[in-house]
Amino acid sequence: MGDLDALLLARIQFAFTISFHIVFPAITIGLASYLVVLEGQWLRTRREVFRDLYHFWSKIFAVNFAMGVVSGIVMAYQFGTNWSYFSDFAGGVTGPLLAYEVLTAFFLEAGFLGVMLFGWTRVGPGLHFLATVMVAAGTLLSATWILASNSWMQTPAGYEIIDGRVVPTDWIAVILNPSFPYRLVHMGIAAFLATALIVGASGAWHLLRGRDTLAIRKMLSMAMWMLLFVAPLQALVGDFHGLNTLEHQPAKLAAMEGHWENKPGEGVPLTLFGWPDMEREETRFAVDIPRLGSLILTHSWDGQFPGLKEFPREDRPNSTIVFWSFRIMVGLGFLMIALGLWALGARWRGNMFRSRALLRFTLWMGPTGLVAMLAGWFTTEIGRQPWLVYNVMRTADGVSSHGAGQLTTTLALFVVVYFVVFGAGTVYLLRLIGHGPVTHEGTEPVPGGPGRPRTPARPLSAAPEAADDIAATRSGG
Amino acid sequence: MGIDLPLVWAVIILFGVMMYVVMDGFDLGIGLLYPFFTDRTDRDVMMNTVAPVWDGNETWLVLGGAGLLAAFPLAYAVVLSAFYLPLILMLLGLIFRGVAFEFRFKADDVHRHLWDKAFIGGSLAATFFQGVTLGGYIQGIEVVDRAYAGGAFDWLAPFPLFVGAGLVVTYALLGSTWLIVKTQGALQARMIAIARPLTWILLAVIVAISVWTPLAREDIAQRWFTWPHLLWFAPVPLLVALTAWQLLQRLRRAPDVAPFVLTLFLVFLGYSGLGISLWPNIVPPGITIWEAAAPPQSMGFTLVGALLIIPLILMYTAWGYYVFRGKVDETQGYH
Repeated sequence: MGDLDALLLARIQFAFTISFHIVFPAITIGLASYLVVLEGQWLRTRREVFRDLYHFWSKIFAVNFAMGVVSGIVMAYQFGTNWSYFSDFAGGVTGPLLAYEVLTAFFLEAGFLGVMLFGWTRVGPGLHFLATVMVAAGTLLSATWILASNSWMQTPAGYEIIDGRVVPTDWIAVILNPSFPYRLVHMGIAAFLATALIVGASGAWHLLRGRDTLAIRKMLSMAMWMLLFVAPLQALVGDFHGLNTLEHQPAKLAAMEGHWENKPGEGVPLTLFGWPDMEREETRFAVDIPRLGSLILTHSWDGQFPGLKEFPREDRPNSTIVFWSFRIMVGLGFLMIALGLWALGARWRGNMFRSRALLRFTLWMGPTGLVAMLAGWFTTEIGRQPWLVYNVMRTADGVSSHGAGQLTTTLALFVVVYFVVFGAGTVYLLRLIGHGPVTHEGTEPVPGGPGRPRTPARPLSAAPEAADDIAATRSGG
Repeated sequence: MGIDLPLVWAVIILFGVMMYVVMDGFDLGIGLLYPFFTDRTDRDVMMNTVAPVWDGNETWLVLGGAGLLAAFPLAYAVVLSAFYLPLILMLLGLIFRGVAFEFRFKADDVHRHLWDKAFIGGSLAATFFQGVTLGGYIQGIEVVDRAYAGGAFDWLAPFPLFVGAGLVVTYALLGSTWLIVKTQGALQARMIAIARPLTWILLAVIVAISVWTPLAREDIAQRWFTWPHLLWFAPVPLLVALTAWQLLQRLRRAPDVAPFVLTLFLVFLGYSGLGISLWPNIVPPGITIWEAAAPPQSMGFTLVGALLIIPLILMYTAWGYYVFRGKVDETQGYH
């Protein structure tokens, strides 16, 4: 029992640190691409609103990027400190993928981030745009490495086990493993959606406070267009991802649906709500829609897919959790689609910037992209259990042999430090957003940057020092 | 196989770790010296001397971790789980410190002292636990069936704790000699006054570790004190003595770059001594780089990216230091 507790604690620790971390890179990915669009539009149309928005969001990008780097340092070590058996066993595959992610990130930082954040007035517009594009491409490339590694753990391919260790035999097959394309697209879109929701909520917040400028209207409008097209697209991609999961990880899918067993010749219902009970092997209080499960997952009226009872007890993921985390994700996804449609209607009627109900809804939807993304990750990661590398290594066999006492201590430390440090960072980010875009920004050089003596070259330095400075910039501009 | 991939990777990782110690050592040292300089202006200047470069320095730490996992997964797994607690404390120290760097300048006067304390505490924790890990590493790691078999607190022993304290002295000396280079006037004079006793203490630490290690570890004694090894390796302690003597001399003359360079050389010599003691083990006392190596497919695949990108990082770093050359004083703000 003591071992089981230690395993659970180790899993909670990893979940905690990575959940904190993933939020920052996700926003980095989304904002980087948003900045490409803004700068592209500025170069194409020369409308100042795009330039102003570019400068506003690039400061937030900078702070957020720094948070991602700091929280990422821990991740590079956790595989060894907490999952040493896994690292020894599978490091031959996951190590190079992680190393490439780190190299990509540093290449980015060394090459283009400085130009992007500090070079607006120092290099030509074409070169600056190239830097922004490269940073955005780099963030996506970084995500590609990480998702290749994670997807390989979900659906391993291109390897052999020699002397009890994983040996990669075909790197293309390792990287392009069966679940990788779906996961990459799903996560990429999730990052875009989460960012669009934050951008939209920022616009709504300012509009609700009566700060009605062209830039603020523009960012709300752009975010709502994004939601309108991309939220439904995400639902479609999610459906494909689900079918892929059914093919490669049927137990995970059964747990997500709270589906225990098939009745001969009968279609599978879709359980809208209920309480999957792992002990009693049934989903209690189930609200079912007959045959809908078959329709969604097999695209036929009475198709069947494996129920949880077809898997030995010890091979079943916790259905109670993933059933609900999956529903949180999907439910929020529907709300995002609804927001996109509502905004379209309001735009049609000409009151998108005035409807307080819509603006308030947009504001409250701000964090839901991140919540849905985390819920999705909880679904896929807890749904992979009890496996660490699917059907190859159990989680219980991959964890370092630390005692529960040690793990409790470090977990408590992580919680305290992360809340203090990243709490301060988040407050600062929100404050920056609260100051809103400034007109005619970017005509003066940003102080600092690589190549400038005695001034910092780090991302965070691209953001102003204190609230006073921002106020000064505002009145000055 | 034409190329000895484990050897190539061992060199890359040794280089990476050395880059880390050389480059992050002095800026951690600044945090260690902070308690002795309570004046706001002094503190601003001290932090300004490393503000543009410190985060690039920590690049090597992340690269070291990821590189170790890619090339020597067994060593990564065993070493990191053996030093679980000190490493987590070190990482938390680095987080605190990194964020303090940023928010100290963004904070108002009321909150600045909190970030100052975070900076001091973070620097001290990061340095001390790095040293503890190093000491525990030299002491040796108990491995059974490719896994760490020791206890959670094996590092809580005299030798690792002593090395932890030793590293605090080392980084403090690096920090003070760095500040001799980057500052002038009264602040510089105080740095010189601090550097001299620190040099003596560091010498004592080096001697203590050099005596303690072979006494504690038979194999290391064998490595150093058998003929003809004795002859080959004799230059190391001789150079240590010579360098320390030069360092004390130069601290007495007109201050310049020499003390910092000499301290770096002293660190490099210590690092070489460590290499001589442990080579070719990557998990002392018994696992060599060849035994811990990842499959050649993994090492080769990663090597391509490392060889392309590491030179680029080096060039960028060098350029960063070049533009940042010269003295820093209170008139030159952070921004």
